[in-house]
Parts: sequence; C-alpha cells; structure tokens
Amino acid sequence: MHPETRTRRRNERLFRLLCLGCLLLPLLMLAWLLGDLVIKALPRLHMDFLSGFPSRRAAEAGILPGMVGSLYLILLTISLAMPVGVGAAIYLEEFGRRSRAAQLIEVNIANLAGVPSIIYGLLGLEIFVRVLGLGRSLLAGAATLALLVLPVIIMATREALRTVPDSLREAAVGLGATPWQVVRQVVLPQAVPGIMTGCILAVSRAIGETAPLVVIGALTFITFLPDGVLAPFTALPIQIFNWISRPQAAFAHNAAAGIVVLMGTLLLLNATAIYLRERMERMQKGAH
Amino acid sequence: MNAPEATGRFEADEVDAWFGTKQVLRKVNLLIPERRITAVIGPSGCGKSTFIRCLNRMHELVPGARITGRIRLDGENIYAPEVDPVLLRRRVGMVFQKPNPFPTMSIRDNVLSGLRLTGALDRSRAEAIAEQALRGAALWDEVKDRLGEPGIGLSGGQQQRLCIARTLAVSPEVVLMDEPCSALDPIATARIEDLLSELKARYTIVIVTHNMQQAARVSDRTAFFLTGELIEVAETDTLFTSPTDRRTEDYITGKFG
Ligand SMILES: Nc1ncnc2c1ncn2[C@@H]1O[C@H](COP(=O)(O)OP(=O)(O)OP(=O)(O)O)[C@@H](O)[C@H]1O
Ligand SMILES: [Mg+2]
Repeated sequence: MHPETRTRRRNERLFRLLCLGCLLLPLLMLAWLLGDLVIKALPRLHMDFLSGFPSRRAAEAGILPGMVGSLYLILLTISLAMPVGVGAAIYLEEFGRRSRAAQLIEVNIANLAGVPSIIYGLLGLEIFVRVLGLGRSLLAGAATLALLVLPVIIMATREALRTVPDSLREAAVGLGATPWQVVRQVVLPQAVPGIMTGCILAVSRAIGETAPLVVIGALTFITFLPDGVLAPFTALPIQIFNWISRPQAAFAHNAAAGIVVLMGTLLLLNATAIYLRERMERMQKGAH
Repeated sequence: MNAPEATGRFEADEVDAWFGTKQVLRKVNLLIPERRITAVIGPSGCGKSTFIRCLNRMHELVPGARITGRIRLDGENIYAPEVDPVLLRRRVGMVFQKPNPFPTMSIRDNVLSGLRLTGALDRSRAEAIAEQALRGAALWDEVKDRLGEPGIGLSGGQQQRLCIARTLAVSPEVVLMDEPCSALDPIATARIEDLLSELKARYTIVIVTHNMQQAARVSDRTAFFLTGELIEVAETDTLFTSPTDRRTEDYITGKFG
C-alpha cells in the first residue's frame, strides 16, 4: 500500500473515533442524569401524584395544579404569540422586504431572542400585572411568555416564508392576484410546516421557563385549579423549583417526579407537533 | 370590464424602462396586432423579458424598477392612474420560463387557481372551466383521469401546458410567454408550438424566444431587440429573409448573440 494512503487511512480512523467520542460523552452524561432522576422519581410516580394537590407532607403532595397550569399557560401563550408572530413575519418578509425599517427591526428581533428571560418577567410584571391590571393571573403569565417566544416565532416564520420560491409569487401575481391573495393562498400554505416548527420551538422554550413566572408571581402552593384566564395559577417548573428548595429530603423525590412529568409533557407536545408537521408536509407533496 | 371591441392589441409608445439607475429599454415603439403571434428575439440581456413584463405591469414590482412612455391595450393607456394593475393582469396572462405549478395544489386546482385566488370561481362551472382550459392547452387527454393528483407530479412539458391552461382559465385577451420552451425537450417543445398556432385564433400571443427556428416556425411577426432598443420589426417571413438592418441580419445569421 502507498505510504501516503496508509497515513491518510489512519488519520481518517482517528478522526472518526474522535467524533464518536464527542457524540458519546454528552449522551452518556444525559443518560446518567435521566437514570438518576428516574430512580429518585420512581417512589412518587403514581396516579395519586398526578391527580393530587400540593401538601405539607411530601408523600401526599401532587402535581395536578402545576400540570393543568402549564397546559393552560402553553395553550394561551401560543394562541397569543402565533397570530402576532406570524403576522409580524408576513409584514416584514412579504410587504416590508426592502425597507430600512424592516432591516433595523430584523436585527433587533434577533437580539430580543437573546435577552434573558427574567427581563421579560420584569416587563410582564410592569405591563401586564400592574399597568393593564391583569394581576398575578394565567393571562398575565401567558402574555409574558408570549413576548418571550415572539422572536422565535417571527424568525422561524420568516425563514419559512423565505423558502417559498419567488416563481410561485410571480405566478400568482401574473394571474391577477392581489398581494394579500398571494400571501394567503400561495405563500402561507407552502410555509405552514416551517411555521409549525417555529411554534414547536416556542412551546419547548415556554414550557420550561421559570424565572419570568416567578417574577410575575405565580403561586407555589395552590389547592385549586384555575377557573378562568384571570385566576391565579402555578406551573410545573414553579412547583418543581419549590420542592427543590425545601430542606426535607422527601421533597427531592417529588421534585424528581415533577421533572419526569415535565419532560414527559414536553415530549408529548413536541411529538404531536412534529407528527402534525410531517403529515402536512406529506399532504403537500401529494402523499406519494 | 372588457370593452366590447376588446381584442388584445398592444401599442407601445416611446417606452423607457429602468432598474434603479440602469436603463434597460430605450424609446421602444412597437405595435402588437391582435390575434397573431409576435415573437421577441435578441441576445441575452437585451431587455426582452423586461419589455413583456411592462405589458402586464409586472416590471414595476421589482424594487427600484420604473417605466416611462405609454402602452395602450385596445386603445387604453395601461399606465393611466385609474388602471388597476391587478385587473389588467387578468386580461394579460403570463407563462414563465420555468414551469411553476403551485406545489400544494392538484392538477384541477392549479387550472382553477387564477379564478380561485381572485375569488371569481363559479363552483357549478368549475369542472367545465377546468376541462375547457385543459383542452385549450392540449393537456386534457393526458390528465383527465387524474385531475386530483398533484400538479408537480407531471413531466416538465406537461407542467408547462398546465401553466398555460391555468393562464387560459382566467380568459385573458393576451398571453405573454417568456421562453416557455427553454426548459423542455424537443418533443414537449413541438407540442407547445402546435398549441400556439391553435391559440392564436382566440388570443394575442407574445413569445420571447432564444430559438430563431422557433420564432420562424410559430410567429407571424418578429421584433428584434438589441441592448434595450427595438432594432427592427416586420412580418416574420420578411424579417428572416430580407432584414433591412445590418444588425438584424448579423444576429439571425448567427454572427453574434
Ligand atoms: N431585477 C433586476 N435588477 C437589476 N437589473 C436587472 C434585473 N433584471 C434584469 N436586469 C438587467 O436588465 C437588462 C435586461 O434584462 P432582461 O431580463 O430583460 O433581458 P433578456 O433579454 O430577457 O435576457 P435573457 O435572454 O437572458 O432572458 C439586463 O442587462 C439585466 O442585467
Ligand atoms: Mg429573459
């Protein structure tokens, strides 16, 4: 064998091993973390935990208000953030494309996505809780989270709109469609899978957020389910945070079980959204 | 909307067009007679596409693009302030270089897309309109059994005829075609050329082409553009056999371009 070939082969093998190591290291750590968590959580993972309310006694405490609160919160957040985010993205991408203002806004949206979430919490506290008088309610929480995920949705939607080829816009314009008809009937249907992806990302981000909810004052001990959007609420991460900060060891098991539930919910939401997106993509391709 | 005498006769009068500060059309004066096929030829970049995009007011959609001069359709200036470009484009259809059927739509929906987009579709007549347009584009026999299948499942040549059907379904007076065959093989090209001669009984057709044989085969009149100027326009036979301008002769004999 040519000596150069041999060295090259050896180097290639080394490089491949190195990459494999890079892949395995975080996977192993993640597995360890999850294993530890599940073992801690096992004693508390049963139906009573899922359907129970918080209690001073760790063994009797349940997570129902947190779960219901998180679910309501997510649904409200998405129904607030999606129309606004998609609308803003359509404006920037389809109507304001070349304007200086649009470019300025684009840079700022990218920056907003990097702002620490506690800042959004402070903003939400001032605007929604105090000025708009929504109090420490589900709606105030959802509106705060909506602000937080808006940049994610706007950026993902713009990306999706950009992947729609101009030739389709031209075709529609050439047929005598107005700008709005072009967007509504040609561009948006094409962009739906991408927009869905953005919303999945947004939900994933929102559901785990703790800091802004702490700031706007989600409760930690709640023995009822919210009965409307203006009701006080708690959420999974808040409940977990509360349990972790208790000194008694028994609550650590509750926290672990809570984390498992949170991750389960997150997986379920993501899986549903990904399933929906794939189905839409297949429908678009005509289900060949 | 259409005047009773509407036939699709275009008159371009001193048309200048720009992209930003770059002038790409200079003092173009051209009469496009109704119900005939006018071919637009010339080397790449001479402004052929720009010119026909001025005819349905799509040129002005490019940021920074503008046009001066007058273009009359059936005697009426289409750049007059009271003219709605959206309505104009329903009278002046366009077929593009690359077939561009709507990927989310079936064959049937693609044909009806113009009417549906603009909310002008009479549901009870949808099937009849789709059939008529597909027949008009010589595609009916090939797709009549699979109208519900996606339009992008067709071959390139079929897709282009689907795009022609989509344009015909809106009942335009004029059909503009920008190198409609350049992405197609010779057989698909021949089908579209046959189709053109059938269509001219009912539509005014303007076709941009790089292919001199194609211009000679299908068109009644030919206009030769060079660097933004209309050099010569004449009956196709005359232009190809005895051009009056030296540059036209050089181009059609292949000395440049
Ligand atoms: N969007 C645009 N922005 C700026 N300049 C443009 C744009 N489109 C075309 N041009 C320029 O305008 C001139 C005319 O272009 P046009 O597309 O009309 O040429 P054409 O004759 O159709 O060429 P081809 O045969 O290659 O299609 C060219 O010099 C081109 O570079
Ligand atoms: Mg061109």
